[in-house]
Amino acid sequence: MAGLVYYSSASGNTRRFVERLGRAAVRIPVSPADPMPPMPGRYVLICPTYADGEGRGAVPKQVIRWLNDPERRAGLCGVIAAGNRNFGPTYALSGRVIADKCNVPLLYSFELAGTSTDIARVTAGLDQIRDQTCSTPRPMTA
Amino acid sequence: MKDLATPRTPRAINWNRIQDPKDLEVWNRLTANFWVPEKVPLSNDVQSWATLTEAEQRLTIRVFTGLTLLDTIQAGVGAPSMMADAATPHEEAVLCNIAFMEAVHARSYSSIFSTLCSTAEVDEAFRWSEENPHLQAKARAILETYAPGADPLKRKIASVFLESFLFYSGFYLPMHWSSRAKLTNTADLIRLIIRDEAIHGYYIGLKFQRGLERETEARREELKEFAFSLMFELYGIEAQYAEELYDGIGLAEEVKAFLHYNANKALMNLGYEPLFPPEACEVSPAILAALSPDSENHDFFSGSGSSYVIGTAVATEDEDWDF
Ligand SMILES: Cc1cc2nc3c(=O)[nH]c(=O)nc-3n(C[C@H](O)[C@H](O)[C@H](O)COP(=O)(O)O)c2cc1C
Ligand SMILES: [Fe+2]
Ligand SMILES: [Fe+2]
Repeated sequence: MAGLVYYSSASGNTRRFVERLGRAAVRIPVSPADPMPPMPGRYVLICPTYADGEGRGAVPKQVIRWLNDPERRAGLCGVIAAGNRNFGPTYALSGRVIADKCNVPLLYSFELAGTSTDIARVTAGLDQIRDQTCSTPRPMTA
Repeated sequence: MKDLATPRTPRAINWNRIQDPKDLEVWNRLTANFWVPEKVPLSNDVQSWATLTEAEQRLTIRVFTGLTLLDTIQAGVGAPSMMADAATPHEEAVLCNIAFMEAVHARSYSSIFSTLCSTAEVDEAFRWSEENPHLQAKARAILETYAPGADPLKRKIASVFLESFLFYSGFYLPMHWSSRAKLTNTADLIRLIIRDEAIHGYYIGLKFQRGLERETEARREELKEFAFSLMFELYGIEAQYAEELYDGIGLAEEVKAFLHYNANKALMNLGYEPLFPPEACEVSPAILAALSPDSENHDFFSGSGSSYVIGTAVATEDEDWDF
């Protein structure tokens, strides 16, 4: 069964989304001074987008720190991106960046703290992952 | 006045001593986003404008006049009124930036007008904006909460509703034209405004949440009640405004779905749960695509028949991973 790791800044949208999912989840700390929590085995990452005007820096620095560790990167089995569609072409861009870099699927994207539809879809999707390959890693055959 | 008895030392703002890192983050994004309407080639829309019927043209001018009114209020009253409530000097500076950009937004509608329309048509629309009961009602409802001496947190609630909800009955129309390949340069300009408003709504909502942390349970309850009842009041006005404007071209129901969707987002900016159920928020995919062009929608989970295998991450050697 895949674990859940997420990042959420002071605005707390992603945190509220994860709380409504009602599953065990590990939070990447906001402050770089705080230690990184242990990795919950194979996991799905939920990550908001904070790009500049050109789309640079879409992935929050603390998430980059988390992924900079090869072991934690190897545990990643998919990414769910958050954002706000009103940012235009960079909507939920962090998910695309992470998916490309880590060669994992971009599973889903949602806006702000998500709607009940988002919660239902992500819940169903995460249950499905439990039955799939996440617990028995195998190489990509896209 | 609070400072008469013990005058405070006037303090210079020090951006190298930050109390709230979000102030700097948002300042950086807002200044990077800076734009002026002269940078958008609006005149390329002259031909497209001519393909609209007279009624569609009048509707568009009126909608933009309504948007101009909201930006005028936020530039002249809304953002300045929140400066006095700022929790940090940097918040005050961010509000200066917001106030100025609202003035740019208000100014940019006049650039669209002078490029596409006749003076008489525009004058008629400005007269209309002063006489339209719904437009006037929403402007007054917001201005009331901005009044001197008003509750600083209620001011922020009203402000987030203006930034993240009230604009959208208007923004709908240029997104609709853009989805039909009409007025595409004007739509580019509107998208710049929409992006700015997203950060404004985010930031004022964040400051509201930070303020809430310092309040008692009873006060939090009071503020939540105020927020939802103000939303009901504004929604009632907006629904009538939308009907009056959009019934003629058969879009009123679609616009209302868009209003519900945005009302939920405004509430989320304040940290509250959505109000309208998903079935009331089904915005047409063409409008969603017009809002965020080039960003496909991702739903790998329910993508039926997808044969994509969830794979392992590729090992990357470099220590400092550059995203
Ligand atoms: C400075 C700034 C830049 C942002 N840039 C983007 C962006 O490029 N694309 C996007 O989809 N959302 C963007 N957002 C919106 C956030 O991703 C969104 O509000 C998210 O819900 C924040 O999650 P959090 O509250 O858990 O930190 C930005 C927000 C801020 C404040
Ligand atoms: Fe504005
Ligand atoms: Fe604004």
